[in-house]
Amino acid sequence: MLGRNYIKVLYIDLTTRKIKIERREDLMEYIGGSGVAMKLFSELVKIDQDPLDPDQPIIFAIGPMNTIFPVVTKTAAVFRSPLTGNLGESHAGGRLAMAMRFSGYDAVVITGRASSPVYIAITEGSVDIKEAGFIWGERVERTGKVLRDRETHIGSGKRSIIRIGKAGEKMIRFAGVNVDTYRHFGRLGLGAVFGSKRLKAIVIGGNRSYPILKPKEYNKVYNKIHKIATESGAMKKYHEIGTPINVVPLNEAGGLPTKNLTQTKFELANEIDGVSFAEDLLLRKLSCSGCPTGCIHIGLLRIEYGPGYKTKFTGVGYDYELIFALGSMIGVGDKKGVLRLIDAVEEYGLDAMSTGVILAWITEMFKKGLLTEDQLGLKVDFGDTEAYLEIIANIVKRPNTFYRDVGMGLAKLAEKYGGKDFAMVLGKHEMTGYHTGYGAMIGQSVGARHSHLDNAGYALDQTMDKLDKREMVRKLIEEEIDRCMLTSLHICLFARKIYGDKELVCEALDSIGIKATPKSLTDMGEKVWRLKNEMKKKMGFDFRELRFPKRFFETKSLNGILDTDTAKEIVDIYVKEGGL
Amino acid sequence: MPKVLRAVKMDQCIACMGCMLTCARVRYQSFSVERSAIRVRTAGGFQSQMIADICMGCDPPPCAEVCMSGALTPRAGGGVKFNRDACFACEKCVAACPVGVITMDNELHIPIICVECGSCARHCPYECLEMVEVETKDYVKEEERMARDVEEEKNAG
Ligand code: SF4
Ligand code: SF4
Ligand code: SF4
Repeated sequence: MLGRNYIKVLYIDLTTRKIKIERREDLMEYIGGSGVAMKLFSELVKIDQDPLDPDQPIIFAIGPMNTIFPVVTKTAAVFRSPLTGNLGESHAGGRLAMAMRFSGYDAVVITGRASSPVYIAITEGSVDIKEAGFIWGERVERTGKVLRDRETHIGSGKRSIIRIGKAGEKMIRFAGVNVDTYRHFGRLGLGAVFGSKRLKAIVIGGNRSYPILKPKEYNKVYNKIHKIATESGAMKKYHEIGTPINVVPLNEAGGLPTKNLTQTKFELANEIDGVSFAEDLLLRKLSCSGCPTGCIHIGLLRIEYGPGYKTKFTGVGYDYELIFALGSMIGVGDKKGVLRLIDAVEEYGLDAMSTGVILAWITEMFKKGLLTEDQLGLKVDFGDTEAYLEIIANIVKRPNTFYRDVGMGLAKLAEKYGGKDFAMVLGKHEMTGYHTGYGAMIGQSVGARHSHLDNAGYALDQTMDKLDKREMVRKLIEEEIDRCMLTSLHICLFARKIYGDKELVCEALDSIGIKATPKSLTDMGEKVWRLKNEMKKKMGFDFRELRFPKRFFETKSLNGILDTDTAKEIVDIYVKEGGL
Repeated sequence: MPKVLRAVKMDQCIACMGCMLTCARVRYQSFSVERSAIRVRTAGGFQSQMIADICMGCDPPPCAEVCMSGALTPRAGGGVKFNRDACFACEKCVAACPVGVITMDNELHIPIICVECGSCARHCPYECLEMVEVETKDYVKEEERMARDVEEEKNAG
């Protein structure tokens, strides 16, 4: 793409240590990002084999607008999820999209398993598969440091380093991949897939330049978008307080999942709200490359590690979802506690959301006497940061059968140990930070990757006046198709207000030589959405098998008490309306 | 006085890379981070602070002094002007720059060099970069001026 009529795909086989480069004109209709990655996935996935089989592919893809228009900063990763056994798709920002852009590859596909731990270094002129034995077992941050010093041929500021920690190496099914210290492919277990390939890290970057073919047109729309992004207030929420601005309003409205969703109001919500973080601990903000917003909020974590004021500090990135998962959901109501837990999860490379929801279930199981002190190695109650830090360490250390089982994810865990009624998973994926109503619950259940970001049902809950099931379904589908389109271009979803204007997207695409209409964009989105659902079916997903833990119906949501029949009905309408 | 680029507040930088992309876009009509006379990088990962490698706007400029073809000439206020047509890609300026900010572009066959246009500063959302007026660094002129002052004082006295 970008001045050429094909998608350049780099295939790397770790088993044979050979590569292949393809220029695929046929992929152009999927534009990039999610779409292209999904199409490649559909060609390469092994339906009958385990998600951690060496032959399964990992696909990264960017879109034509990445880096060259403001706030178009994301990279899609598609893989088979070892957590759900089904479709794995995760998105990350940071510097990765820019690094891929200037390396010249629109998509990178990795298959096979290396005979020993490796990392891959990719630039425009070289692909090297290098030994990584010396960093196997290393923490996420340290791995980044070592590789930064080693891979100096890709200039500092232009490369991206993505890597796993111990969690990924041990194939814990909710291990993520860290991107440039503060961003992640968090959800659905990409880290475990890296581990299964003995792949510790990828360093990518390059010095390619592309001519601007229509400078006049391009500069005009670039400046227009840049102005909206920096002056209109469209990005204000994300820039100022950031996503944690939601904590207090959601709590007041009664939608903040608290203590394993036994409550939707947290008595300590004010303590862990975005404003409180900003005023007390905000250290700085950062941005993904090519975005003027600066939404990445870094908090100061100061730790006294010994007598005599022995003190150290570090910067920890925080966001709404992390504050929910490692805060309200487990009853931790102090900022320092939340940051310490985030820091621990970062060190090992675990998905923060899945980890938090699992900790919440463990706590309730223990309190109910369904898990013993023997199994846990300690006692635990909501709000006990120290105990949680120990449990997180044990999840990675795996000292006994119980902890080994934790590594399979909550759905499987509850299957074996019980407590399914309060194991907060939807579509086998640990829940996200909203108990706002049917929109959130069903949105995550039916969304292609069981992420709240698939269709933003939680937002529907907060804007729809009264429940109209058909209308809700229509809006969920429409939103997911729209987002399939956005993530194929790979526009950051925070920039929906800017790029929601499809005419503007077309104008931007036109200025870089890609013809599109609002209709053709929507059609493309729908095609990607259909492809996802088709692939899910092939991998064994069935809407009729969707189950909702009872707890969702026991605890009052932002829209009151929900009932099972209505939920089932909405799913049925969804299947029918969507023709799925 | 014409102004020169200064990275005055890099401790406010959010690492958006907007400045680099702007330099490439405006000066070289390119999508690139390589074709940029300003380089923003971390001092050692995102947990550290950001650093900008930029032209110092020397006055007189050593890069222009070694330039034989007249492609680089001193610019009033500091730094250089660049005449692309005169450049024959000898790379002498690259070696002459005391802070090593000049790179050669192997495709365009010209040095990527700052001309103090200020575009990057205008696109920085966090006011890290600024075009500022600087006092002359030309110590010869400065000494002459001081000598004149002394002379004038004497005469006045
Ligand atoms: S390019 Fe280097 S030598 Fe030339 S004016 Fe700038 S800093 Fe001085
Ligand atoms: S002042 Fe102009 S030439 Fe110099 S770095 Fe900035 S944009 Fe580039
Ligand atoms: S434009 Fe400003 S904030 Fe962005 S990278 Fe450059 S100096 Fe930093």
